[in-house]
Amino acid sequence: MESEPRPGRVRKPIGWSTIIIAVLVAVSAGLVWRRDGSGGVLDILTHDLSLFGGILPRVLAGCLLGAFISEILPHEKVSRSLGPKSGLKGLLIGTAFGAILPGGPFTAYPVASALLAVGADFGATIAMVVSWTLIGYGRAVAWEIPIMGTDFTLWRIVISLPLPVLAGALGRFVYVRLYPRPATKDDEI
Amino acid sequence: MSAALLIDILLWGSVFGVGLIAFRRGPPVFKASLREGSMDFINIVPRIALGVIGSGYIAAIIPQEVITGWLGPDSGWLGVATAVVAGAATPGGPVIGFSIGTVALKSGGGVPQVVAYVVAWALFAFQRVILWEIPFMPARFVWFRCAVSVPFPFLAAAIAMVIGKP
Repeated sequence: MESEPRPGRVRKPIGWSTIIIAVLVAVSAGLVWRRDGSGGVLDILTHDLSLFGGILPRVLAGCLLGAFISEILPHEKVSRSLGPKSGLKGLLIGTAFGAILPGGPFTAYPVASALLAVGADFGATIAMVVSWTLIGYGRAVAWEIPIMGTDFTLWRIVISLPLPVLAGALGRFVYVRLYPRPATKDDEI
Repeated sequence: MSAALLIDILLWGSVFGVGLIAFRRGPPVFKASLREGSMDFINIVPRIALGVIGSGYIAAIIPQEVITGWLGPDSGWLGVATAVVAGAATPGGPVIGFSIGTVALKSGGGVPQVVAYVVAWALFAFQRVILWEIPFMPARFVWFRCAVSVPFPFLAAAIAMVIGKP
């Protein structure tokens, strides 16, 4: 039996993470059903389906953003300024990029994934993701300031300022020891 | 203007901007990335669906009172450790996470503990990891990123202890 040829970039449709999440979800749904009956299960389902419908356009925007960025960024330049040998500068660039990136998770993760694909290393990408989540202005302005107050938020952000670079540095430090070969294992684009 | 609308404008504005740059590189480049982006979208929709619908159920079985209880009184490093676990286990979006932080702050939770909670929530909130990070990023990266981030809520709490209250 021949396996069907797949067009385009092949993505693993189901990995271990997906299976674990699916099991977790099934167990939780079972517990909700035991506690609240089918009504409770349906309530959550309808609520989450409408949530799902609402975020789909943003997911599409995020995917397009990621695809365009990975197409227009010069790969060689990215791997030089964000690659494994980019040093502190690469971590700082990743941090700055995460801090100014507009939008929510639907932008941050597709863009981070695109950076990874065009030559950024784990360290710089970790700096970017951690910076987006800790010092990015989007969530702070939309949620944290209204709920927790300006003083706490600004103070919390000041405390968080060094964390993305440190997380990226730690990531890089651990990565080269876990995977000692240089990053030429995969085809270098 | 609502924050959600502003986010959408910024988001689609950015898509339009980079799309324009791609288009000026030539229509084939533009078409290729358009197709690539759409394929990513189609591939990701089922996983996002599992995340959105699934995390609702997971959230429903973790009562918020449990989380707030964990954050209660000022309790030193044990309190910080509990706050980190609570941050990772907090269900729901930013409204819930920050509200719990505020409640903890008002009901006598220590400032370093609340900082640890907010930072841990930002770094590890399981719902965001399941719903967004795992579908979009290579799973190996996500686990690695989470593992490497573990010391940082503690570091943030330590900095908070040193520099004092806001």
